[in-house]
Amino acid sequence: MKIAVCIKQVPDTEARLRVAKNGRWIEEEDLPFVINESDEYAMEEALQIAERSEGEVVAVSLGPDRVREALRKCLALGASRAIHLSDDAFGGGDAMATGRALAAALAPEEFDLVLTGSQSDDEGFGSTGSVTAGHLGWPHAWLVMGVEVEEGGKSAKVKREMESGMNEIVRIQLPAVLEIQAGLNHPRYASLKGIMQAKKKELAQVGPADLGLDPSTVGAAGATVETLSVAFPESGGGAQMIEGDPASAVAALVEKLKKEARAL
Amino acid sequence: MAKIWIVVQHRDGKLHRMSREAVVAGQKLAATLSGSAEAVVLGHEVDAVADELAGFELAAVHVASSPSLADYTPGAYSAVLAAAVAAHGPSHLVFAHSYQSVDYMARLAQAVNGSLLPEVVGFDQEDEDLVWRRPVLGGKLQARVRIVGPEPALISVQSGVFPADEAIDGQAERRELDAAAATMDREILGIEEVAGEHVDLSAAGAVVAVGRGIGGADKMGIIEDLAAVLGAEIGASRPVIDSGWLDRDRQIGSSGQTVAPKLYVAVGISGAIQHLVGMKGSKTVVAINKDGGAPIFSVADYGIVGDLHEVVPALTAAIKEASD
Repeated sequence: MKIAVCIKQVPDTEARLRVAKNGRWIEEEDLPFVINESDEYAMEEALQIAERSEGEVVAVSLGPDRVREALRKCLALGASRAIHLSDDAFGGGDAMATGRALAAALAPEEFDLVLTGSQSDDEGFGSTGSVTAGHLGWPHAWLVMGVEVEEGGKSAKVKREMESGMNEIVRIQLPAVLEIQAGLNHPRYASLKGIMQAKKKELAQVGPADLGLDPSTVGAAGATVETLSVAFPESGGGAQMIEGDPASAVAALVEKLKKEARAL
Repeated sequence: MAKIWIVVQHRDGKLHRMSREAVVAGQKLAATLSGSAEAVVLGHEVDAVADELAGFELAAVHVASSPSLADYTPGAYSAVLAAAVAAHGPSHLVFAHSYQSVDYMARLAQAVNGSLLPEVVGFDQEDEDLVWRRPVLGGKLQARVRIVGPEPALISVQSGVFPADEAIDGQAERRELDAAAATMDREILGIEEVAGEHVDLSAAGAVVAVGRGIGGADKMGIIEDLAAVLGAEIGASRPVIDSGWLDRDRQIGSSGQTVAPKLYVAVGISGAIQHLVGMKGSKTVVAINKDGGAPIFSVADYGIVGDLHEVVPALTAAIKEASD
């Protein structure tokens, strides 16, 4: 099996966020970035499928220069090579613009399977994989909780999360785009040997012209939605914030829970 | 003129609860844009759902019926809707932000070359622009967003922001949509219940819910102690479950259980909207988190900013003392 994994680099969910000066997005300077959580699970799933089928995994990502660090990590985990969609024209895209660019990068390679996470932890459109599949003309499945490639590699049994605690099992013809839900496996750590080998592996950089794309159809120019501003919700809202050292704060809290809220 | 299509989801002949909220969103959008709202239902033998929709104030209820639409597949649903969009030219398609809708709306947006805006929590008319609001960065921030791409715009509405009881009743006429394009793009082999769905948190009088901030399965002792003195069940946000620190049957939120206890203590939970929809019916909410800007504090009644590893044992001791 030849498998592509599309990953996104996002701010570490534990990081303290600040709104950028222009108010349109968060301040990215000094912000720690990591591989998006559900994409890490997609990477692990791809490695496991490739190991069973003696296949290869190619890591793909779109973003600024810092993304190379995330792709290097994928190479250290076991990807054989990486493709970086690297050009200012790709910046500021939404799911529609990014899906178009990713599809153009994936189409010439004849992959059997494309895996990606279900949702990014920053913009959270949950749609880029499905848009990519649409451009490729392949089926897709979102919130995938299990993948079993069937004999011959022409189809896969896919477990998909539904509402109200149910899973659906479907058979999908390959090639397909499967959007992996966090929690379906246990992502591995890179070994020292893997990290050393990663330095020698190919990390290709491609721009819109390499992919036959008109720059006005990708990035901010090709996006269908524009973020005007971001802001923290009003702090506290209705919450009474109880100050003080832990011992006095909890004493005050217990008092309020008994007398005001009558919750104890 | 704006023509808003509300594309609904249904099960066992009944409208999905979130689709009722989508009807409200669609009606409000139509009023704001001085346009019309129409409902669209796909399925096989869906007369009961069509009748239910006909009781709302809508310009029409469009029905696409085919055996190939009896079970949901993104291939058949998006193909039928793409043909319908081409034939009727709606300006907006409004969906519930449900697992099923999100699964195919992006594909449909690509097929009709429209605009795509998932998970909105509201909109405002600002001068000439319609500005939408949606959570970003796990709900830590809210973004103001404008649609700049071509029509139609496909929009999904997060649960709990357009109250279902605000739907305006009326009488709508039923029309049939061409369902000839319905071709299933997969074989449905079966449906299974997620293993271990046996802890019922919905009836609990008190819940201590733990988030990623706890830091590991080996740190769970202080949570168990607090739950014990409160007589509470233990719940968790999704990252805790995905990390394997607690069983999946303890997950609270849009992909887990919905709870409404008398007392809800959120420990180390930042409050992503997917979690909030599962607990905001709780009577009294206490939040303990090291980040004072965490969105959980916006739904809490009482908040303590601090290190949960210090605050939680202190709280357990204080409650024990108060009840002795």
